[in-house]
Amino acid sequence: MAMTIHVDIVSAERAIHSGLATMVFAPGEMGELGIAPRHTALITRLKPGEVRVEKENGEMEHFYVSGGMLEVQPQMVTVLADTAVRAHDLDEAAAAEAKRRAEDALAGKSADFQYAQAQAELAEAVAQLRAIERLRKTKVS
Amino acid sequence: MAGAKEIRTKIASIKSTQKITKAMQMVAAAKMRKAQERMSSSRPYAEKMLQVISHLSHASPEYRHSYMSAERDRKRVGYIVISSDRGLCGGLNTNLFRKLAVEIRDQRKAGVETSFAVIGAKALAFFRRFGGKVMAQVTHLGDKPHIEDLIGAVRVILDAYEAGEIDAIHVAYNEFVNTMTQKPTIRQLVPIQADEESKSIKTHWDYIYEPEPKAVLDALLVRYIESLVYQAVVENGACEQSARMVAMRAATDNAGSLINELQLIYNKARQAAITQEISEIVGGAAAV
Repeated sequence: MAMTIHVDIVSAERAIHSGLATMVFAPGEMGELGIAPRHTALITRLKPGEVRVEKENGEMEHFYVSGGMLEVQPQMVTVLADTAVRAHDLDEAAAAEAKRRAEDALAGKSADFQYAQAQAELAEAVAQLRAIERLRKTKVS
Repeated sequence: MAGAKEIRTKIASIKSTQKITKAMQMVAAAKMRKAQERMSSSRPYAEKMLQVISHLSHASPEYRHSYMSAERDRKRVGYIVISSDRGLCGGLNTNLFRKLAVEIRDQRKAGVETSFAVIGAKALAFFRRFGGKVMAQVTHLGDKPHIEDLIGAVRVILDAYEAGEIDAIHVAYNEFVNTMTQKPTIRQLVPIQADEESKSIKTHWDYIYEPEPKAVLDALLVRYIESLVYQAVVENGACEQSARMVAMRAATDNAGSLINELQLIYNKARQAAITQEISEIVGGAAAV
């Protein structure tokens, strides 16, 4: 039997692939990587590209990743895939957008949290829910 | 028989309300199952990442990232508040906001200020009503939240942390205990608290880094925080659906018992009308 290495490809939203392979190819930030079983431990960032997994029966499986991290241990390869293309300025744009939305939504609102008011109204809402609950229980019994 | 007719229309309207709540209950049940699946499928990523991070922090002790450094003196704390976008889910959001309000008061008493990043329309409405320093907001994530949608808001608060504007980051969300129970939870995200796992690792080997460890660790930590926030969002989503399911089931049951009561009243009214009619006829016949 050929030597094999365990491959896990996971993204933040789901596990994409898990299984044995004889060889794994990944687009490392410093260049394409070919990982055979018993490769030395390595961590690198991935560029957007294709991860290829050569399975025991010689079949090739292809996975597209839009970046992420690659962790290699002698018996195990883990691809922590990003689900979106990440770049510094893209992240910055997303951050600016989130900030702007907050400013739009809360324009003219005081930055001080009105504790007393919040407390009173929340207590009322909870009391209402409790009353409904009680009403229900007395009806059932 | 004016009374009877009114009761009949009332029954009809309650019946149609019942149909709606019943449908909502079933939709929520289906969505809850999917949300729970999403919850479990996002776990391997975070677990894997935590393993790598704890290993890294052991392998290169000379570099401490600011997310992992010791507690700073707290002057301002950032909260990522996660709520649902829609209502009709019982006390889910209210309970969370209550817990948060108490927390804010306690922090203020201790002389600590608070800032917020808001995820979900209900939380936004809450802060719009009661004020508070909101740094970023994301709403309308839908039933299938994507991590891309969260990047911006998380980034704003992480940037604030790195700039020293805030000294800790907490996340407030509902923890999914089971279908009947959702627990409002406030948890510290940053600085990452040292866990048992990282203490138990005693390896002497190290990774080869491409590029250097610092860059790798930076990229990892940001993704790790994001994945934690994503998990909280997904978990809150499962809570929302199960809370809605329970609330709608209660509403359907209530509508059922209301209909029964009204039906009884209607029957009585009908019988009373018939009796009256007969006695009128009999009375009329006797008079002839």
